[in-house]
Amino acid sequence: MTEKELLSKLKTIITPYVQNQEGLIKLTEDTDFIKDLEINSANLVDVILDVEDEFDIEIDNDAMEKMLTVKASIEVIADKLAAK
Amino acid sequence: MKNRRVVITGLGVVAPNGMNVSEFSIAIQKGESGVRFIEQLKELNFSCQIAGIPIYNSDYLNNYFNSIQLLGLKATGMEYGVIAGLDAWKDAGLPMSETDTPLWDIGVIFGTGIMGVDKFREAIYKVDEGNVRRLGSTTVIQTMASGISAFLGGILGCGNMVTTNSSACSTGTEAILMAYERIAAGNAEIILAGSTNDSGPYIWGGFDAMRILPHKYNDNPAEASRPMSATANGFVPGSGAGALVIESLESAKKRGATIYAEILGGHVNSGGQRNGGSMTAPNSEAVKQCIRKAVAASGIHADEIDAINGHLTATSKDSTEIQNWCEALGRRGVDFPYINSLKSLVGHCLAASGSIESVATILQLKENFIFGNINCEDLHPEIASLISRERVPVKTIDFSPEIIAKASFGFGDVNACVIFKKYKT
Repeated sequence: MTEKELLSKLKTIITPYVQNQEGLIKLTEDTDFIKDLEINSANLVDVILDVEDEFDIEIDNDAMEKMLTVKASIEVIADKLAAK
Repeated sequence: MKNRRVVITGLGVVAPNGMNVSEFSIAIQKGESGVRFIEQLKELNFSCQIAGIPIYNSDYLNNYFNSIQLLGLKATGMEYGVIAGLDAWKDAGLPMSETDTPLWDIGVIFGTGIMGVDKFREAIYKVDEGNVRRLGSTTVIQTMASGISAFLGGILGCGNMVTTNSSACSTGTEAILMAYERIAAGNAEIILAGSTNDSGPYIWGGFDAMRILPHKYNDNPAEASRPMSATANGFVPGSGAGALVIESLESAKKRGATIYAEILGGHVNSGGQRNGGSMTAPNSEAVKQCIRKAVAASGIHADEIDAINGHLTATSKDSTEIQNWCEALGRRGVDFPYINSLKSLVGHCLAASGSIESVATILQLKENFIFGNINCEDLHPEIASLISRERVPVKTIDFSPEIIAKASFGFGDVNACVIFKKYKT
């Protein structure tokens, strides 16, 4: 899976939780889920569960704690996919 | 210092026979039952396979919840409560707050018995499978009792007391009185008060197991709920939510709000599960005292009560309740007020019953009618020996009541009685 495809899938997953739609339009690698997209911090676990379902991977607590930006999330997902 | 006057300026309801106040008002005047056969209860081998459930499709929720709130929503009581609560808010002409400042003078007191059981069931399966990490973020907020007041308080931005009370089947009436007292004492200007109850087999199973639900009416559900009838044989399980915007008269006048009725006062107490009272049955002495104290607190005489909306669940206790009213008010025969029970039309909505029934009671004051008790053509002989037949109308009558007493009694031997009056300046 290319990084572009990963980004596109990730964007679809986070969209329902985003409270700042403008941030979604301007989405880049540096976008921060909480600061830029105003995703409620409680909803981050739901994003992780949706990521697990979409990519058929398991994200442990340590990896989850890193997934606060688009870039970090893509790295974690790519790592987990590579380890499959 | 004399208590401030307190009025009702908004109503909302989600009932088995009406999804909003206007549908509900028409249904109760026409005697339309919301009790239906429920296939799922049959499949699960319930003795009682009928119930009162509000009917709507899931798209309807988009009018009340945003897309994030709807993700993983699996709590019918939350749905009913939020719909009824927001409808009451809009009905009162209150705006949706866009500011960052909480509404310091506005609170929420919204009760429930148990909430989010379907969500809890989903969680229990995952926990038992060792998969707790897959629960997601919504289990707690949908299963905590105060989830309903928390949701409403957050949507509306309320900054006064935001809480959930719980006293079984007297919950809704108790919430109204808690709101009344807080406003009368000057600690709040407006409170969204009400109650809600989940629907479904996990809610009703325990009652079915107690053999206190009717099992002979699975083929003709509309006839099953028979309060005050000689053939009453158990309460029909129901569900839904009722909501009232309760406001100081001062604030209502300042806003130019429509006033439905005034709350004169009321009382809550418990029979202590003594002297005939138990976990499941009321101590009659406590019931009578609750009614008498409600009347006294309202500054009226018992003779001024034009109608009663009773608890009257359609069990053998109905006769006892009528006797208690007779003794508490010192009235019987043709001198007894009109009396009705909404449970004939929607079943027993448990924690939601007090608020839904209060909405029905207030509509009677505002729209000048006394709704008929369906399924009560055969008045119980013990009741007939206490009060005149015509005091228990089977069809809706045109009548302009000034004062109506509403009471609810709950498991745990707890009672609540509130006195509503047609609003006059």
